[in-house]
Amino acid sequence: MAFVVLLVLQSSVNKVAGQPPRPNLPPIPIKGDTTHSLSKHFSLAGSGKKAPGAKGFIQRWLVLEPVRKDIARNSIFTENYIRTTFSTDNFSNDFSTVPKNGDQVKIGNQELKWYALESKTFNFNLFHFTYALNKPPYGVLFWLVTVIDAPEEMTNVRMTAGCNSASMWWLNGQEAMMLSGDRDMIVDNVTSSRLTLKKGKNIIRGAMINGPGMANFCVRFLDEKGLPVKNISVSYE
Amino acid sequence: MKRMKITGMTALLAILFTYSLSAQVGKPFIHDPSSIVECDGKYYTFGTGGGGLISKDGWTWYGGAVRPGGGAAPDAIKIGNRYLVVYGATGGSSSHKGAILTMWNKTLDPTSPDFKYSEPIVVATSDGYEENDAIDPGIMLDPVTGRLWLSYGTYFGFIRIVELDPKTGKLKNGNKPVDVAIVCEASDLVYRDGWYYLLATHGSCCDGANSTYNVVVGRSKKVTGPYLDNVGRNMLEGGGKMVATTRGGLIGPGHFGHTIVEPGVEKMSIHYEADLAQSGRSVLGILPLLWKDGWPVAGEKFKEMTYEIESVRRGYALELAVDLTRMAGGQRGFGQPNNEPVKPVPPQELADVSKTWPTGNIAARIGDYMSRPHQQWTITDAPDSTGYLGGPYYKIVVAGTERALAATADGEVITVPAFTGAAEQLWRIDQLTDGTYRIMPKSVINAGKKLALASSGDSTPTLAEFDFSSDNSKWNLRSL
Repeated sequence: MAFVVLLVLQSSVNKVAGQPPRPNLPPIPIKGDTTHSLSKHFSLAGSGKKAPGAKGFIQRWLVLEPVRKDIARNSIFTENYIRTTFSTDNFSNDFSTVPKNGDQVKIGNQELKWYALESKTFNFNLFHFTYALNKPPYGVLFWLVTVIDAPEEMTNVRMTAGCNSASMWWLNGQEAMMLSGDRDMIVDNVTSSRLTLKKGKNIIRGAMINGPGMANFCVRFLDEKGLPVKNISVSYE
Repeated sequence: MKRMKITGMTALLAILFTYSLSAQVGKPFIHDPSSIVECDGKYYTFGTGGGGLISKDGWTWYGGAVRPGGGAAPDAIKIGNRYLVVYGATGGSSSHKGAILTMWNKTLDPTSPDFKYSEPIVVATSDGYEENDAIDPGIMLDPVTGRLWLSYGTYFGFIRIVELDPKTGKLKNGNKPVDVAIVCEASDLVYRDGWYYLLATHGSCCDGANSTYNVVVGRSKKVTGPYLDNVGRNMLEGGGKMVATTRGGLIGPGHFGHTIVEPGVEKMSIHYEADLAQSGRSVLGILPLLWKDGWPVAGEKFKEMTYEIESVRRGYALELAVDLTRMAGGQRGFGQPNNEPVKPVPPQELADVSKTWPTGNIAARIGDYMSRPHQQWTITDAPDSTGYLGGPYYKIVVAGTERALAATADGEVITVPAFTGAAEQLWRIDQLTDGTYRIMPKSVINAGKKLALASSGDSTPTLAEFDFSSDNSKWNLRSL
């Protein structure tokens, strides 16, 4: 979430006799691949179903290109703010909608495209997503959709999330969680009340908003004992 | 750094002296203070932007420390007879391109002829693309292995740990940084009892009273991690157990530093994003550091109020050696029918008993706590401008009176009829690492050594050299 920066601070102490001058940044070689490529941090859409990660994190998501927002600081994300914003800037009020990879939608005057991606890490780093697309990384709203296939009805499970900075999550059209305020992406930062995953397909929709800092999130389900739910599969449809 | 834009040198914010009971005094205005280091009897801490604070006693702080290099969030450590200062060259630039540098000095006293920093050496970098921003260094000399470790980084990606050479301050040959945490900054390392602790700051800074900074911790058996919190969550997953958070008007603690004063007495340095008592400015804070069940916890700033001073040895209370005066509320008998209406019994008041007390010096004693006036002590900041690391000297008087606790030249404790401000009536109060307290007179005439309030027997207070391993040296302060 790194933010803008400080340091206009050229202190007078640097002028003290006998002190070495303030060093400029040394030459710093680029250490890795800097190309704008989705494949660095994500696998591209694959067909079929996939199990969650080792700790139950859902790494496969349909992600909409970021909706640009003018956001100076993340402390503005009150419950009222994000509920209103996610309602206004929604791509569809039909929460059973599952977009397809490559679909285009319009939010306001912004034409945006869906991507079906699978994160290579437990979390889904949207900063990397924006970098890959060469889009601005800050002041952004993302829509997310994924489909969970449960082999049987699962009662008393909880959806959990951590995100930077604020988000809302719906399961089968019902609001499950709200993460308001200036949050960090912390595993299990918020858990839903007890939910039921029905047998078969369950649609998760998420909306995430972030001003400065590294937009990022992670989502999983926990069972009654607080253990990760792993006997589910994830698909894009 | 997860910070708002700052547009001026922190030190320049320090304009007016504002006395505060709840933070350091003087002009303690600083952001991102380094660990406090003692040099030739003075305390030093360096901050963002260059420079820093100096204190003669650890309580009153003024600008004057000198650190070239600008940049942000330095740390400092004494190794052998030299001081190693480490800092980030940038303030966490929007490009996330940065470098950590180290430099040595024989002294931190800028007036000393020996004061001269060595040429800064780059020990870590971030290229602006990798998931790390090379700022916010924290440094630890492993007391077991003698190896020197640097942690650094901020919200942009990972906190990393890398090994330095304690003789040169350079990166140890061939060492590669290891990722140990995410979504935090201002990290620092502490070793204790077989555990390595990674302390870091979560939340947002630089937004005054709206800053959400807080200090969390994870621990590991290996310095390179994994660092897990109290529920087993890895700091690479955002884990962290709370160490220090906002208290009262002191908002947003961050940038942990660790100081071991002596066995059982440890302090943590931080800055508060805003001290509401001091124009909401960012100020230096020093708190006792406690250890509970193997985890560090910030102690509370000492609160001026009336206490029972309870000996840890027996659980008895420090009291005036005066006769106990019986009070109303006598026994009504057991098992007998009693249809009298139930009503409160008024507590014994000072006025009920103080006339019976001698007017001169009265000995101190330790006895069963009975909630009586001769057992209640009001502890307030003494009208004295001096202090010690993290606190002022206090006067301790019998509640409602000016009768003050005092040390005697022969190493005992008495009470005198009136507080005069003499050094033997000024008391240093340190919360110890186990949460109990040490109570020490500022000085004891002819003692030639530091003495603390102690239990000689269950009922006999005295002064003795402090021994953290003995409950005779410890006291609980129970608010009334």
